[in-house]
Parts: sequence; C-alpha cells; structure tokens
Amino acid sequence: MAGGDDLKLLGLWSSPFVLRVQLALSLKGLSYEYIEEEALVNKGELLLKYNPVHKKVPVLIHNGKPVCESRVILQYIDEAFAGIGPSLLPADPYERAVARFWAAYIDDTMLPVWNKSSMGKTEEEMAEGKKQSLATAEVLEGALRDCGKGKPFFGGDSAGYVDVVLGGLLGWVRASDELHGVKPFDPERTPLLVAWSERFGALEAVEPVVPDVSRLVEFGKMWKARLAAAAAGASN
Amino acid sequence: MAGKEDLKLLGLLVSPFVIRVRMALSMKGLNYEYVEEDLFNKSELLLKLNPVHKKVPVLIHNGKPICESLVILQYVDELFTGRAILPTDPYERATARFWAAYIEDKLCPAWIGILKAKAEEERAEKVKETLAAIEHVEVAFAKCSNGNVFFGGDSIGYLDIVLGSFLFWFEALRRMYGLEIINTSKTPLLAAWAERFGGSVEAKEVVPEADKAVQYANKLHAAAAVKLVSSE
Repeated sequence: MAGGDDLKLLGLWSSPFVLRVQLALSLKGLSYEYIEEEALVNKGELLLKYNPVHKKVPVLIHNGKPVCESRVILQYIDEAFAGIGPSLLPADPYERAVARFWAAYIDDTMLPVWNKSSMGKTEEEMAEGKKQSLATAEVLEGALRDCGKGKPFFGGDSAGYVDVVLGGLLGWVRASDELHGVKPFDPERTPLLVAWSERFGALEAVEPVVPDVSRLVEFGKMWKARLAAAAAGASN
Repeated sequence: MAGKEDLKLLGLLVSPFVIRVRMALSMKGLNYEYVEEDLFNKSELLLKLNPVHKKVPVLIHNGKPICESLVILQYVDELFTGRAILPTDPYERATARFWAAYIEDKLCPAWIGILKAKAEEERAEKVKETLAAIEHVEVAFAKCSNGNVFFGGDSIGYLDIVLGSFLFWFEALRRMYGLEIINTSKTPLLAAWAERFGGSVEAKEVVPEADKAVQYANKLHAAAAVKLVSSE
C-alpha cells in the first residue's frame, strides 16, 4: 500500500456504482476510509462540496481531491496506483478499447433497459424492458464468449475492468428474481454469464464486499412501494 | 511519427462523433482511408464491423474495428505517439474523462433532442436542458483550462475535440431555431473558446460548414415525416 496516500470513499451501501469502486479497491488491495451517505447528517453539504455537478455517490477522495463517476474512478484508480496490485485494464491498447466499449455498453445500453423492466411507468413499458434486457444480456454473453475466448473473466484469467463494471450490479442481479420475478442472466440463454457471476462472486476480494441479497430485496420492496404510492398519489 | 499503418475510417461528413476521430488522427499525423457511409442505407462493412450499434465512426486498424468515438480517441492517443490528446497526469485525465462523460450523457442528448423533438413543448424542454448543461460546461472550462486558451491547455486536447465537434451543429441550430446555445453574455468563456477552436488549423481541416448540418437536419426531418405518414 502506497505510503502517504489518503483514500476516502463516499458511498451508499445499495449503490452498484459505489460497489464497483469498492471492488476495484479490494482487487488492488488498497485501504480506504468508507463514509456511508445514509449515515451522514450533513450528506447534502458533503456531496455538494465534492460532487457539485451530480451530487451523487460514489466520490473517491484521494489526498483531498475528489474523483466522480464510477467508470472514471475505476480508470483513475488503475492509473494512479499503477504499480500496486493487478491492473484493471489490459496492457494492450486494442484490448483496452474493447474493454472500454463493453463497459460503455453495460452502462449506456444494458442498464437503461434493466431499469425500464423493473421501474417502467406502465406494464407495457416494463414488458418491453424485459424483452430488451434479455436481448442485451445475450449480446453481453456473446462478448464474454468471443472476447473472453473461454477464459473465466472478461479480463482473461483474472478479473478486470469489465468484470468490475458488471460486478457492481451483482447484488441487484441476485435480488432481481425475488423482487421482480426476472433473472437478468438466464441459465438457458446466457449460461456463460450465470457461470461468470458465480465465479466472480466467489472471489476472495469480491465475496465480502457485495451487499447482502436479503437486505437489497428488503430495500427494493420498500422502494417499489414508495414509487407505487407516489404514482397513486399523483393520479388522485 | 507513425509509420505506414493500415487505417480506415467509416464515417459521415456531418457527424460530430466522426469529426472527433478525424481531428485526432490528423493531430497524430496519421493517414487513413475515409469511407463516407449512407446511414439511410448502411454498408455491409459497417453492419459487420459494428454489429452492436450499427453506427459511425468505426476505425479499422489493421483489419480490427474500434467503435464509439471516445473509445477511439483514447485508443489513438494510447497507441500513437506525437501530440498528446489526453493529459498525462492521472488526476487531470480523470477530470477530462468526467467532463467528456458529462458532455456525452447530459449535453449531447439535450441538443440532439432539440432536432428530434416532435412537438414545440418537447423542443422547449430540450432547449432548457441544453442551456442548463452548457452552463456547467462553462464552469468546467474555467476549471480545466487554468487560464489557458483551450480545455487542454495552450493547445487543443481531448475536451476541446469532444465539445468542439458540436460547434457547427450549434450554429446550425441557431440558423434553424434562432437558438444561441453558446453566447457572449451567458457563457463568455466558451464563446471566446469557440472562436479560437473554430479558427484553428485542426478544426478548419475537418469541420464542415454549418449549412451542411442544416441540410442534413432537413433530410432527417423529411425522412421522419415520411415514416409518420407511412405508418398511419
């Protein structure tokens, strides 16, 4: 661990984006102080100070300087702590481009349809979201098969950038069946992704970091109830 | 200086995303074969090399495709020596990536939404979003440039390319809707920067006249109208 490096992470236990950063720090063996947003009295102030543009977590604070946006933070960690622990991004520039492409796909294409399938405003929208989610999962399955080339992780023999980007969603992937009756990774259509999530989830650096599924389910149920109440209230 | 590389770019003359890549390649002194795509009639090559998104730009290097403009910019920067596009310091790189993401995720959908809007109300909403986003970018310029003339310092860098590629479209929107996204009173720093960017050698080489963008927008609107009619 680099001496004199002060690392703090402003996070929220249920956030997949925060989890990504925790996974990266864990994989690289970096110590940090974790500050839970939920427990903060002055969270509004702190977020405004360190992330005035988005006012969201995660925020990584390195020697007092904030870095925001999970994928930006991941690449920052990889570059600022290049000599420490494994690299998240591959060394080869073409493989790096492929990794960045799939990370962007997960956030820009896959996540929006996952959200639609569980939080769509109408039954129709949710059904469409579910269909699209299956399609995007199949595309990602293809990526693991073709880019992974039979290796256990997107990063090859060990977990890397794309594994961490997708891995942040692991808790919610597990909670999804009980919450929404949907398996984002279907064992029949996306068997490689199912195997990947078990393998990634079992990693020593990962297992203790992923939030408890039952806690996420409880949180998810409460969130759904709130949304339903708001919708009912709005239509009165 | 890069030796003879096998570089091909599938693009569209009016696409800001393609222009970003052309600027980067030019800044690195790289030669490439340019192929203009007809997005209303996509080529086999495009569909084969970008099956996921079916969009331009696609850079083909020694037969291997790289997609997504920001991914391509970083690829070109990391692989080829010469002028640096991204900063070298990790914290400055993180700042550049943060703002590139902001421009992509917040500013871009907003101004494109102005073009795509099917009703006045929707357009007004998108205008509001665009103006709100550009204000954040004005603050970003003050922070990133550090008193210099470009986001990248004293010469054009990553953020200059990412945002600068939109400028001729902003001018097109001004001609079409009388909208000033960047103006001297609300966003003075960006207004001055836009002049400098527009007048630069790098921009003059690849950025088309705003009228080309207006023409393309009219083409898109006409096609959308046809679709609407034929779906009735």
